[in-house]
Formats: sequence, structure tokens, C-alpha cells
Amino acid sequence: MVDVLVVGGGNAALCAALMAREAGASVLMLEAAPREWRGGNSPHVRNLRCMHDAPQDVLVEAYPEEEFWQDLLKVTGGKTDEHLARLAIRASSSCRDWMRSHGVRFQPSLSGALHTARTNAFFMGGGKALVNAYYRSAERLGVTVRYETPIDRLELQDGRFVAACAGERRFAAKACVLAAGGFESNREWLREAWGQNARGEWPADNFLIRGSRFNRGVLLKHLIDCGADAIGDPTQAHMVAIDARAPLYDGGICTRIDCVSLGVVVNREAKRFYDEGEDFWPKRYAIWGRLVAQQPGQIAWSIIDAKAVGRFMPPVFPGVRADSLPELARQLGLDEATFMRTLEAYNAACRAGTFDHTVLDDCHTEGLTPAKTHWALPLDTPPFHGYALKPGVTFTYLGLKTNEHAAVHFDGTPSGNLFVAGEMMAGNVLGQGYTAGVGMSIGTAFGRIAGTSAARAALRERVHG
Amino acid sequence: MAEGRVIPIVPLSAAQAEVDRVLTICNACRYCEGFCAVFPAMTRRLSFPAADVDYLANLCHNCGACLHACQYAPPHEFAVNVPQAMARVRGETYAGHAWPRALGVLYQRNGLVLSLALASGLALFLVLAVMREGGFWQRVDGGNFYAVFPHGLMVSLFAPVFAFVVLALAMAVRHFWRGISPGEASGPAVGEAARDALRLRYLDGGHGEGCNEADDRYTLARRRFHHFTFYGFLLCFAATCVATLYHYLFGWPAPYGVTSLPKLLGITGGVSLVIGTAGLGWLNLKRHPTHGDVAQRPMDRGFIALLFLTASSGLVLMLVRSTAALPLALCVHLGAVMALFLTLPYGKFAHGVFRVAALLKWAIEKRQPNTVGVGE
Ligand SMILES: Cc1cc2nc3c(=O)[nH]c(=O)nc-3n(C[C@H](O)[C@H](O)[C@H](O)COP(=O)(O)OP(=O)(O)OC[C@H]3O[C@@H](n4cnc5c(N)ncnc54)[C@H](O)[C@@H]3O)c2cc1C
Ligand code: SF4
Ligand code: SF4
Repeated sequence: MVDVLVVGGGNAALCAALMAREAGASVLMLEAAPREWRGGNSPHVRNLRCMHDAPQDVLVEAYPEEEFWQDLLKVTGGKTDEHLARLAIRASSSCRDWMRSHGVRFQPSLSGALHTARTNAFFMGGGKALVNAYYRSAERLGVTVRYETPIDRLELQDGRFVAACAGERRFAAKACVLAAGGFESNREWLREAWGQNARGEWPADNFLIRGSRFNRGVLLKHLIDCGADAIGDPTQAHMVAIDARAPLYDGGICTRIDCVSLGVVVNREAKRFYDEGEDFWPKRYAIWGRLVAQQPGQIAWSIIDAKAVGRFMPPVFPGVRADSLPELARQLGLDEATFMRTLEAYNAACRAGTFDHTVLDDCHTEGLTPAKTHWALPLDTPPFHGYALKPGVTFTYLGLKTNEHAAVHFDGTPSGNLFVAGEMMAGNVLGQGYTAGVGMSIGTAFGRIAGTSAARAALRERVHG
Repeated sequence: MAEGRVIPIVPLSAAQAEVDRVLTICNACRYCEGFCAVFPAMTRRLSFPAADVDYLANLCHNCGACLHACQYAPPHEFAVNVPQAMARVRGETYAGHAWPRALGVLYQRNGLVLSLALASGLALFLVLAVMREGGFWQRVDGGNFYAVFPHGLMVSLFAPVFAFVVLALAMAVRHFWRGISPGEASGPAVGEAARDALRLRYLDGGHGEGCNEADDRYTLARRRFHHFTFYGFLLCFAATCVATLYHYLFGWPAPYGVTSLPKLLGITGGVSLVIGTAGLGWLNLKRHPTHGDVAQRPMDRGFIALLFLTASSGLVLMLVRSTAALPLALCVHLGAVMALFLTLPYGKFAHGVFRVAALLKWAIEKRQPNTVGVGE
């Protein structure tokens, strides 16, 4: 019988498998996806948020524990477990050498974005290169990997893991780590969680999934049904507004629309609904998905004029382009009269100061609801561009409750040999909100803890059993 | 964006359009920016007209890193394969900028052209050997090549071919260079481009561990074998130059002793070329099938094989110089050299000059202010 079974094949699963193997356990990894789609959401990631007290390899200046913690406290509105959060934060300062020893490579931020080079370490080649490196290392160390093995249930006995099953196939092990991601690609579950709104719509039907089609939350649901303790709210997720033409799954990073703060956003009724200039786009990035999800039809349009072109990340799909605003309204299928009223009111309310999209500048609107508090320049220079936006779910936060050993809990009691890592437990730290790169900090920290705990549990059993 | 366009809009070929499509995705993603110069060069652009596509395609070293690291690689519906798209365009740029223009078609039948050139080169020297009566199986005093083919005859055959090669390549790269409108080359830019070319900087993967060959593992094998090949080629070339100087300047005719400078250069160069081309050939056979453009494999392999044949026949010639096999070995070697030279401007060798031109443009461009300031 194998010592440690790892269910999943992304960052958290790989960290767990490598740590368990390094601790001397025999390890079998079960990945639902075929090899070419292996790794779940992890191939889509770009960076890892890292605490550091002084400049370190690819990181500039300092990002101390307290600042990281305050950032997390702010975005989660207090919905976080301080003990576990600090554990992840501290682990983020020392994990990079271990990651390097398994072939992960970091790169200096070439785009020259100072504020991200301070807080985040970027993977050379992104998450897929990271996942490839971990798989190579796992293979070299003798971890067995089985692809196309979606686990649908576990055999449990008094809160202890006995075996995992994929249809007819049964895998027994002395200990197990669950790292099978969230449930973002389970359309039925999303639909049920978001329910029906006052307009009679099922908002979740219009969501796009930015990552893997394999994260269906089958095990999450199964464990909750088996009495495992859950944490979090099923409607909480990292949700961004992405190009409405993005593929249903795996659109990844390139479908983001970065021009929101440079123009205005209108809904299907051609009306504005939120302050587009509230803060820097990276900070506001993760709120627009939910904002759009609350609009009729779960759709909105980001409108810019020629002045904005070249000031934001180039979009992957061309926008709708027109030489006048009324023509743009017609091309977007928006009511022309309302659209013009919205745009004229906005243009008239702009109090242009000194425009600078790199600072919170003094260009704002006056007497307009909702206001645009920064970067408010009139949209007056053709050609105009419009990009349709839809909510894009990155990952869900509902997960299994855990502790500093990454144990799964049943009725408040930690299991002796069943552990959990990654998106499946990220909700312990991220009750809501998001700050870039923290998904990997949590997954790496708890993946490593879970792997160590599982190896310890299995080896203990080897001695006693 | 500037409205009044000054650059004429040239319609893209299918291969160029694919690079445009792929780079539009990359430009919105940028995860690969650390691997090579293509990505930082790309981020200076918002769109990719034909000339930029040609430039970026020749800046790509086909290292494979950005394919294995790509979250949008097939089977993803975006089907991003940068090295393959780039390779196809490179093939078109070699053909499209060939001089004389009409000979660009030779690229399309490169395997055939190479074999024909080789066969005719061989035949030429065999026939010459027979016509000069001795035949091609006889002992020659002191291993003296000029007893088989007089020096003057060799010069009259090779000098025009060599001159043509230089002219054809220069004209091709000039045409390419004008198309990509590079700007002024400063001293530091030229120095950097030369260093990058001589070190094959962009085959180091950005992390020093090399590029991808058969799978997602990084390896320095290609960089090293390419170094053996390139520097071996240079050493052989240097041997010929030194011998020419000896002949004309000092009046010291060949053959030279084993410890003479031309021989030392030639032997080291030959051995290095044999190692390099054998390695590159082996890597080419094991290459991941989706890297590069499969249609160009005959060209790649033909060129590698011809280089290998040239080097190894040169070494064999050294070994058999005191036997009756000398004239035959000489014919084979000269035939291979002739074929190599004739096909240099219309085969894989062209990648060298186009790549250096692209590296130089990059070295110039990176010193200019970036007009696309997207921030983060
Ligand atoms: C577009 C995008 C960009 C992102 N960028 C960043 C970033 O830059 N930084 C950051 O920190 N985070 C980022 N994230 C979030 C990040 O992806 C996650 O926090 C992290 O990858 C989660 O890792 P994981 O191992 O828990 O889950 P995943 O990587 O999703 O892995 C889950 C694995 O479980 C497998 N699986 C699912 N169900 C089963 C089953 N029943 N049986 C067996 N296997 C199963 C899946 O196939 C997959 O291999 C991003 C996410 C997306 C979608
Ligand atoms: S090759 Fe793929 S991962 Fe790399 S930049 Fe392009 S789209 Fe992104
Ligand atoms: S194949 Fe290598 S050299 Fe070419 S673009 Fe990709 S990373 Fe750069």
C-alpha cells in the first residue's frame, strides 16, 4: 500500500507530493485531467506574493509580515483566520529556495512595474513552466502520477482516510492529501449558489471560468456531505470582469480588460454603475467581476477614446470601434439616447486637472452619480472603442476548514490522516476579496504543510501498524 | 495612436497573419517575457505589421521554451505555438529576401537543390580528375593536392563562387534590413548584437539552463553543439585564409606540415565541426515534433549533413594523403565544399545573417524610448 495519496495535480498537490516524498514516504498522485491539461488553475498563474524584510533576489525593497497581513485584512474585510494567514505569510518568505531546488525559476519584473516587484515574485514562463518543473522533479524523485483519474468519493472510517475511488478504481493509502481545487467549473453548483435574482435571471449562467474545466468540486461536495467541516460562502470567489468573448474555460490571463479606469463602464441600459477611477486598476481588478454580475444580463461595456490607447495592456480581442459616440452605441446595441445622455453627463462633469495614470491624479467628476474620482477625462477623441465585459470566475472560496497541520476536520476534530491544501481550503484565509499572488502563497504553504503532515501520519502508521 | 498612417499597409501572408494572431495573444499575456528578446521587443508594439513580424520571427531562436510554458498551447482552442509560427515566417523571409529574387524558390526544394549541388560538385571534380589523366586512384608525391588539381584551377573555380555567395547574402540581408527599418546603429548596439550572436545568448533560456529539445526539460546541448559547429566553421575558414596568405604573400605553397598554422586551424575546426554537426543532427532527429516548421526539416538536415560531410571528408583527406585514395578523397571533399558554397545563400546558413540583423535591430531598438507605456 502506498504511504501518501495526493488527489489533484496543481500547485498545492505537487508541493504536497514533493514534501511527502522528501520526507521518505512513497507517493501516488491522482490527477483528474489528461496530461496535456494537467495542473488545474496553476498553469495560469503568474506570481507569488512574498513577505521579505529586505531586498531579496527578484524582490525589491521590503514587504514585511505586518504589511502583508494588513493588506490581507483589508481585502478580506476581516474574514480571515489570523493564525493560518500569518502561517502562510511567513512561509512565503522562505519557500522560494525550496521552489528553486525543484526547478522553478523566477524572473525580474521586466515590465518595470515597481509596485509588483516589491510584493510579488514572478515565475519565469508563468505557471505552466512551474507546473512542468514540479512534475519533472516529482518524476525524478519517484512520485507516481496517474492522469485521467477523477476521484469521486473517499472511503472514510471515524474521520480517518481509508481509500479514494475513481469509479471502479480504488486507491488505498495510509494518508491522503486533498488538493483538488475549488468548484468554479461546476456550473450546477454555481447556479445553485448564486440562485435567481429579482429580474428572474440565473446570474451564474453568464459566468465564464478563467481556469480549468476540471475543478468541479466533486470531492468538496462529497466531503461536506460526509460531515467534514466547511468554511466560507459559496458565492464568494475571485471574480474579475473579462472580455465577454473569452472561452468558457481556460481563458486565463489574456482575456482581462485593463482599460476600465481610463474610461467609463456602462451596463445594458447604457448607464454607469460604479466609480471606474476609485483606485489603481490592479487593486480594483478583483471587484469588477462581482459588479458586472449584479448588472442586468451580467454584461457591461468598457468605453474608451483614442487618448487611452497604448496606456493599458493590449486587449486580446479587438474592441468595437467607431468614429462617433452615437455610432458606437449603435454598434454595441445600446440605446443611443440613453447612452448619449450618460456620456454627455459624464463629459460635462469632468474636472480635468493633470492627468497621470500612474498616480491617483486630480482628474475627477463633480456632481455626477456615481462619481469618477480619478483619471476622469472627457471621452471626446475619436476613434472610440467599446469592450463587452462578463464576470470571469478565477476560483471559489468555499472550502474545508483546517488548522496549522492542514488537517481536515470532522465536527471540530482534526483527522489523523486526511489533509487538505490549496483552493480547497484557501477560504480559511480568504473569506472574501483578493490580493494578487496570495492564492499561490496559500497553496504553496499549505501544500507543503499537508505533504509533511501526511508523510508523518503515514510513517507513524508504518512503525505502529 | 497616430491616425494618418505613413507606413503602407502590406497585406500579411498566411504565415505572417498567424504570427500576428499569436503575438496579439502573447502581448495580452506576457508570461514568457523572461525567455528571450522576442517578448520585450513585442511589448513595444500594439500591432504587428508585416515588417515587424519578419523582424520578430528572425529574432526567435526556436528554443521551444515559450511553447512548453504556454498556457494556450494546443489542445487549447487558442492553439498558440510561437516557435512554429515564427519558423514558418522565417522560411518565408529567407525566400522572400533572396538575391537574385528568382532564386528564392530554391528554398522550397531545398533538399533536392542540395543533393543536386552535391552531386554536380562531386561529378565536376571526378571528371576533372579523370581528364587530368592520372585518374582518381593513384599515389601522389608527398600528398600534394596541386598535383591533382593545380592551384590556379581551384582558385578559378572557388573564387567566383565565394564572391557570389558573399554578394548574394549581403544583398539579401540588405533587403531585409531596409524592410525592418532599424534606425541608427550605435557602437554599443553593434557590440551587444555581436556578443549576443557569438554567445547564442537567447539559447540560455533566460535562466542559464538552456532551451528545450525533446520535451519540457531545459538543456544546453543545442547551444553547445551550435558553438562547436559555428566556431569549427570559423576555424576552417581561418585555415583557408591563412593558407591563402601563405600562398600569395609569402609564396609558401601547400601542402603544409601537420604542425603548421593552417593545418592546426583546419584540424581543430574540422573536428569541432564534426562534433557540432553530429550533435545538431542528432538533436534535430529527437526534436519535439511541434517545435519549428516540419516542412523546413529537409533544409535543416541537408545543411547539417553537408557541413558534416565537408568537415569529415576534409579530415579523411588528411588521413589518406599518402595513399592512392588521395585523389578520390580530394574529389569528395572539394565536391562537398563546392555544394556547400553554392547553397549557402539558399539554405539554412541564411538564418545566421538574418538573425544577426534582427539582433542588431533589437540592440538599437532597446536603446530607444518605449512609446507604448502600458504600466501594470
Ligand atoms: C487565470 C488565473 C490567473 C491566476 N493568477 C494567479 C497568480 O498570478 N498568483 C496566484 O497566487 N494565484 C493566481 N491564480 C489563482 C491560482 O490559480 C490558485 O490559487 C492556485 O493555482 C490553486 O492551486 P491548487 O493546486 O489549489 O488548484 P489547481 O491548480 O486548480 O489544481 C487542482 C487540481 O485538482 C485536479 N482535480 C480536480 N478535481 C479532481 C478530482 N475529483 N480528482 C482528481 N483530481 C482533481 C485538477 O485537475 C487540478 O489538477 C490564478 C488563477 C487563474 C484562473
Ligand atoms: S507563448 Fe503563451 S504563455 Fe507565453 S506569452 Fe505567449 S501566450 Fe503567454
Ligand atoms: S521559441 Fe524561444 S526564442 Fe523563440 S520566441 Fe519562444 S522563447 Fe523566444
